[in-house]
Parts: sequence; C-alpha cells; structure tokens
Amino acid sequence: MNLVELAFYGFSGLAILAALSVVFARNPVHAVLFLILTFISTAGLFVLLGAEFIAMLLIIVYVGAVAVLFLFVVMMLDVDFAEFKAGMARYIPLGLLIGLVLLMVLGAQFVAWETSPDASALRQTETPDATEVQNSVALGRVIYTRYVFGFQTAGLILLVAMIGAIVLTHRRRRGVKRQDILTQIYRDPDASLELRDVEPGRGLK
Amino acid sequence: MSEFWGSGLGILIIILAQCLVLTAFVLITLVFLVYGDRKIWAAVQMRRGPNVVGAFGLLQSVADALKYLLKEIVIPAGADRQVFILAPIISFVLALGAWAVIPFADGWVLANLNIGILYVFAISSLEVYGVIMGGWASNSKYAFLGSLRSAAQMISYEVSIGFIIVGVLVTTGSLNLSDIVRAQDGPAGFFSWYWLPHLPMVVLFFVSALAETNRPPFDLPEAESELVAGYQVEYSSTPFLLFMMGEYAAILLMCALMSVLFFGGWLSPIPGLPDGALWMIGKMAVFFFLFAMVKAVVPRYRYDQLMRLGWKVFLPVSLGWVAVSGLFAQYGWLFGIYARWTVGG
Repeated sequence: MNLVELAFYGFSGLAILAALSVVFARNPVHAVLFLILTFISTAGLFVLLGAEFIAMLLIIVYVGAVAVLFLFVVMMLDVDFAEFKAGMARYIPLGLLIGLVLLMVLGAQFVAWETSPDASALRQTETPDATEVQNSVALGRVIYTRYVFGFQTAGLILLVAMIGAIVLTHRRRRGVKRQDILTQIYRDPDASLELRDVEPGRGLK
Repeated sequence: MSEFWGSGLGILIIILAQCLVLTAFVLITLVFLVYGDRKIWAAVQMRRGPNVVGAFGLLQSVADALKYLLKEIVIPAGADRQVFILAPIISFVLALGAWAVIPFADGWVLANLNIGILYVFAISSLEVYGVIMGGWASNSKYAFLGSLRSAAQMISYEVSIGFIIVGVLVTTGSLNLSDIVRAQDGPAGFFSWYWLPHLPMVVLFFVSALAETNRPPFDLPEAESELVAGYQVEYSSTPFLLFMMGEYAAILLMCALMSVLFFGGWLSPIPGLPDGALWMIGKMAVFFFLFAMVKAVVPRYRYDQLMRLGWKVFLPVSLGWVAVSGLFAQYGWLFGIYARWTVGG
C-alpha cells in the first residue's frame, strides 16, 4: 500500500465516520463541527483526485463561509433537547419518506441510469491533458470562453437571489435614530463642548 | 544511500525533516518577535520594556513560555472539555500549516503548490474556527461575545483580502506564490515589484491584515478595557500560550504575504545585488516593525466603524480595483505592467 492509497483510505474513512457523527452527535454544535470535518476530508479526497482547485474552493466556500454561518446559528439558538426528542416521533414517517425518495434517486443513478456511449468521449474533448495544463488554468479557459454565458447567468441568478433576500428582510422602521457618518466626521468640539468656570460651593445652574 | 532517499520512506523522512526545520524556524522567530513587539511598544511609550532576563531581556519570551507551560491548566466547570482543548490546538496548527507554501527563496519552499495562494486563503478562512470554538466552549458570556465579535471581524476583512489577492493574480496569471514573485523580477529592481501598479491595494492589504489578525487598532475582540480578553478569558497556561503563538504566527504570515505579493519576496531591491532568503526575511522584519508601530501609535476603532470600513469602504474599493486591473491587464495598457502572464494568456 503506497502513501496515496493510505491517504485515500484515511480521508474516506474519516469522511464516513464524521458524516455518521453528524447524525448521531447529541450536541448540535458538535454535529456542525463534525460536518466541517466531513467537508475537510472530502477536500482531501479532491486533492488526491488531482482537483486541488475544487478542493480549496470547497474549504473556502463551505468551511470558511457556509459552515461558519451554521455554527453561528446553532450556537445562538437555545435548543431544548427534551422538546426536540418529544417531537421526533411525529416527524419520523415524513423523514423516512424523504429518505426513501433520496435512496430511490441514488439507486436509479447507480442501477438503471443509461447514458449515451458517446457521452464520456464528448466530455473528454473539453478536458485538456492534465500533464500539460494546471487544472485552475484549464478550468478558467473553459469557464471564461466556451461557457461564459452559462457562467455569467449562474452568477446573475445568485446576485438576484442575494438582493431578493435583502429586500425581503429589510424594512425601514420609523422613529429609529440612524447615524450619519458625515455629520459625525464634521462635528468639532466647538459645536458640542462648552467650557465654564465653576465657582466653589455654587455649582452650575 | 542515494536510492534510500529516493524511495517512499526516504522521501517521507526528508519531508518530515523539512517540516521540522520550517516549524523550528517559525517558532524561534516568534520568540524574538514577541520580544521585539514589546520592545518597540515600550520605546514608543518611553519605557524600557523587558530588560531583565538574558542580555537586553532577549530571553524574556522564553521565560514567559516556560512559565505558561508549567502552570496548571484550568478548565471551567461548565465548559465543553473536548472543544475547549481543541480550539487553541486548531488555532496554532492552522497558523503553522499555512507556512508550508511560503517561498523563502527560489525553490526554497516546502510545498510548491500550483494553487499556493488559494491554500493560504483557505487556511486563513479556517482560522476563525479556533476563535469561535474557544469562545463557545468556555461557557462564559464575555468569552462568547468576544468570539462573536472576533469572528465577524475576521470574516468581514477576509472578503477584501480575497479581492486584493485576485488583483495580484490577474496581473500574474498564476496562483503559485513562487510564480508571483518571479513575475515581479525586472530590470528596475524595487520599482518593478507589484507595490507600484497595485499601490492603493498595498495600503488596503496592510489594514485588512491588521483587522484579520485582531491587531490594534482593530483588537476589539480583546479590548482589555471592555471585554477583559475576548474569547481567551477562560484560558490559562499552555492553551493560552497556543492561542497567543497562533496569533503571532498569523501576523508573521501576513508579513510574509505582504512581501511575497507586493514587495518581490526574495528579490533584491537593487538590480545587481544577489537575490536570496535574507531579503525575504528582512522584508518580513520591516513589515513586522510596521505592525508593531501601528499597535503603539494608533488608538482603537469603534466596532461599528470597523464594520463600516470593512464592508462599505474596503470591499467596493478592492472589487473596483479587480475590474480596473483586469481591464489594464487585458489591453496591456501602461507598458503591460499589469499583464505579466507566464502561463495561459
């Protein structure tokens, strides 16, 4: 067994163990931390596949941004475990149904999925030789030339979704004091301070 | 003997030895950096600073480290033990791990990844976990508030650091840190480095680096006068030492990134003088001096000012700069100083 195989089994074993722990962890914060471990071991698998660009993106986007948000939410929530468990019996049928559907989708993918015999050859025409071009360069060439419209559209959809989320949650409330940065910057001591001599025993009127 | 070093085990031993040398170098540098930081701070405030242990107090940090190691580790009663211990370890390991891709001279790099800068960025985006986990696991309101502040701050400034890096990448056409340095090699020496075409971004990067590493004037998570010590309140002894060393390692890493991205890494500023690792180390020392001076002379920001600066000033400016430098690179304007592509194009 060489080092690469060792690393593969290490990362995949870790990914599976961590994914199981996400489900079985009693503390939701621990579950999120295990989720992060799953992401990182998946990134390790991507590196072994030679897709280091995607591996780093996985870490930056999922671990560095999405999971931080998860962690924030879970930490701030005050989860009542007793209530959590009492409600579980009610939702088990629904959960099982969703699990069944997902299982069928996966089953269809592996058992009954049919692709054209030309499909893999078609895909390979886009793929340059890995020994000649680094995969970040290759990815950049494909995304920004041939698929530039698809790529830009995906970005546009994300932008619209982001603006939509802001518009939906943003509301202007009346009677709230807002700070005006410019007036704060231009404010000087003359406008807000008054120096007075106080005679002993008299105080200020 | 030579075939042994070519075999799997031999290569493993060589890599481990290289890791050990790099780690030892960073750790020993840290010891004297902490001392230098305190000395500079003291000099600005007309104090003497550490001057008792060793000649000129040079061994003060060693004494402090020993003291930290020998103290008892106190774990609060309500703390989450595993996460509490894990947090400083993560902080420290990540801060050291990012050093693997920093080139000290041509070819002097532990892992010459072709996506080196993305690796550094990924590691620095992970560093926020040490802070969040530490604050949460302490089961203390002060620690938790401090960690929330710190995490929000690190995430905010990471975005602008990312965009600043993109500008440099557009000019270089490569994600490899050694390639970035090589692209800055030119007949004009000091003036062919990236600080000239990317001048506004150098300032932005420096300020973002201060915020990213929680250094003054952006040390709001620690803000001694308001929050005691932020997420580190409940930490003592070795875990605290790990947090602190991780922080300094991250600062030193930012100095290294400054010199690699904008100031030509190992290249000599005067054409004709030999390039080498000493230049790189000298540049890092200069930037660390700047970090220390900022800590000594600039008063602390308010938290809303910090957030405003990050999201409403730095983010739009750095995003606009990406567009501008992309335009200049595409059309080769200004004698092509924005387009030094070695690959692709």
